[in-house]
Amino acid sequence: MPAPGKTLEIRTSPHILSGYSVDSIMFNVVLALLPVTAFAIFAFGLAGLLTLSMALVSCVLTEHLICRATGKPTTIGDWSVTITGLLYGLTLPPSLPLWMVAVGGVICVAMGKALFGGLGYNTFNPALVGRAVLQAAFPVAMTTWIAGFTAGRFTSLPSSTLTLPFTEPTVDAVTSATPLALWKFSRETTAVADLATGFTSGSAGETSSILIILGGLYLIARNMMNWRIPVSIIAAVFVLSGALHLVDPTRYASPVFMIFSGGLMLGAMFMASDMVGSPMTSIGCYLYGALIGVVTVVIRTWGGLPEGVMYAILLGNAVTPHLDRWFRPRVYGTATKEAAS
Amino acid sequence: MRLLGMKTFRHGVHPPESKDETSGLPIRQFPFAPLLIIPLVQHMGAPSIPVVEEGQEVWRGQRIARPDGFMSVSMHASASGIVRKIALAPSISGRMVPAVYLEPFPGSTQEVEDGTPCPLDTSTPDEIIAAIQEAGVVGLGGAAFPTHVKLKVPEGKFVDTLIINGAECEPFLTTDHRVMLEQSDDIFVGIRYLLKVSGAEKVIIAVEANKADAAEHLRATFPGDLNGSVELLRVKYPQGAEKMLFAALLGREVPSGGLPLDIHALCCNVATTAEIGRLLPLGRGIQERVITVTGPAVKRKGNYRIPIGTPLRFLLEHVGVEEDVNRVFLGGPMMGGAASSLDISITKGTSGVTAFTDSAAERTHSPVYPCIRCGYCVDACPIFLDPSLLGRLAANQEFSVMAERHNLMDCFECGSCSFVCPSHIPLVQQFRAAKAAVRKAAAGKTGAT
Repeated sequence: MPAPGKTLEIRTSPHILSGYSVDSIMFNVVLALLPVTAFAIFAFGLAGLLTLSMALVSCVLTEHLICRATGKPTTIGDWSVTITGLLYGLTLPPSLPLWMVAVGGVICVAMGKALFGGLGYNTFNPALVGRAVLQAAFPVAMTTWIAGFTAGRFTSLPSSTLTLPFTEPTVDAVTSATPLALWKFSRETTAVADLATGFTSGSAGETSSILIILGGLYLIARNMMNWRIPVSIIAAVFVLSGALHLVDPTRYASPVFMIFSGGLMLGAMFMASDMVGSPMTSIGCYLYGALIGVVTVVIRTWGGLPEGVMYAILLGNAVTPHLDRWFRPRVYGTATKEAAS
Repeated sequence: MRLLGMKTFRHGVHPPESKDETSGLPIRQFPFAPLLIIPLVQHMGAPSIPVVEEGQEVWRGQRIARPDGFMSVSMHASASGIVRKIALAPSISGRMVPAVYLEPFPGSTQEVEDGTPCPLDTSTPDEIIAAIQEAGVVGLGGAAFPTHVKLKVPEGKFVDTLIINGAECEPFLTTDHRVMLEQSDDIFVGIRYLLKVSGAEKVIIAVEANKADAAEHLRATFPGDLNGSVELLRVKYPQGAEKMLFAALLGREVPSGGLPLDIHALCCNVATTAEIGRLLPLGRGIQERVITVTGPAVKRKGNYRIPIGTPLRFLLEHVGVEEDVNRVFLGGPMMGGAASSLDISITKGTSGVTAFTDSAAERTHSPVYPCIRCGYCVDACPIFLDPSLLGRLAANQEFSVMAERHNLMDCFECGSCSFVCPSHIPLVQQFRAAKAAVRKAAAGKTGAT
């Protein structure tokens, strides 16, 4: 028997928990992002390392300081801001001036997350909010890409990286168009093998589809990601772009090219599937994914920009609350669905 | 719904089963405590009215309380002894309830006194219903709903299928498992009584696949003249909730706010069935029940036949608990209530006693995060509520919105949502409070008019 004076604890059931916790889910997402992060640094050398580091540091520091300023315990321990920082860094062109990276990082967390109420309330994916602001503010810098795998990438930096704030960045490194831009503006295709392995130009983490898929599979296997979302996005892109390609292969890119190029894989696996901004029901997830896929193809094909994944996901985030409301499952024992409130 | 050859329902969770340590242990008789405290409210409904006086000597099995109306049952002495007093005693909820304090005679052989038998062949359904009430039978699965009440099929309704619930989906508990292995004859006699009362054409005994040996045994001993079958169900919580059994086995749903009778089905726990089959032919009443005593803090785990009214303290002293015991609850970890005191006693609704050590309990001391809308709870809820949304409404105390627009009152508090929540939000705990508030508001309204 227990020692005299020992008090028993009284709680209501359940008395056991599944073992999942927010911080462990978020930490596993970070783990799943590590391979593609490592590849980004390998591909773009010092520029990639500095871009990613600055993105991460600015996001984490912003969250920490906002918590301090509002008198709350810091929330950087739940790892969610680490994901934001990494994803944000991975969506940036590696030659982006570091001061712009820092500005965007602050916007990611302050505007995309804290302003909405912090973790769980951020309607839009914070990393994409930051990136969208940068895209609007610095359109040239955000679409200037350097070639990866250059010989001196670990010893020298593109001069644009260290540009002083509010001065015009000068690009001395070898610039290189992304596969999507090549297609859009000069109808050149890139070999699928290069797209899948990542030996192309692009944002820091958008290049290697295989590593992104590996990370996604890890999360799906651990039941930490809703597989329906990436699957339906990719399926929607494949079907729509495939249909267009059949109509006119010279005007419309092949579906395989569409899937493996640009930010689609990273967006589908890691950003659209962010739990906070995606629907909770299965039907909702399929529709959400399909919407993102369709909007991506529409922007890529007929829009002014070569890439549309970012706006497609932000639009999907905006629709999510409605999807959750419209597709609430029928409650056991009720004849028809309750009218949406 | 059938999945991989076994029937089941949609959604639900998979808590660790934790049954291996006791599932192989035969049922053993538990000794008598020096003082038994038999509460007069062990069931849902009106408290029973004592028919013995302080100082009176009673036989084991003698009726000591009579039902107060139809929604009430008789009580029987758990031992031959002397009624020391009839006074208030603590109950699991913390409320004081009237109870009979019975001091067993130390030297008694504790023979059970038989009453008037209720023979299966010659009794009418109404006589059987009266006998079940007289035997003090309530749902032994944990709800303690008076069994005879739900067996009374009103005029104009009918039952076509009787389901015997041997799912025992609650982790740790193995009483139904042992009863199925050791008391199959009683179960089949009980089924015959239930079929006769309800008018059902067939019976389905539902067993979760982790008790395949019990299902095999029941199949092997299934009487040839009985119309029915033994169905193996997938192991999933809360498979043993009757609403889930109807969905899995019959593809029918109890209407919201309705009764199983509305879908022509009746569900009875397997241990309750066995007690009916054991007691009615002898005219006896329930004065003991099988419970599993288990959990990391229990030294001599097992399945015991325990006299009703055995104080929890005596039980724990007898089986031995570890120094670092932290939490004791009646029932299993998913739905069992934590004991508010060690002076409460084992009642008819107690299916198990589980004790956790500090380290086992510590796992539930997790920090609460905001809801991250992961949807785990939505995928877990067996009746397709949106616990995430309900949780947000509960935090704002919008109880009437929860009840009127989001089916709060359909929640049967299985706890699957709280179990899976990675943010450790006390979802079902809030829903319990919300349901109580809604009921109180409704009672206040009708009282005012």
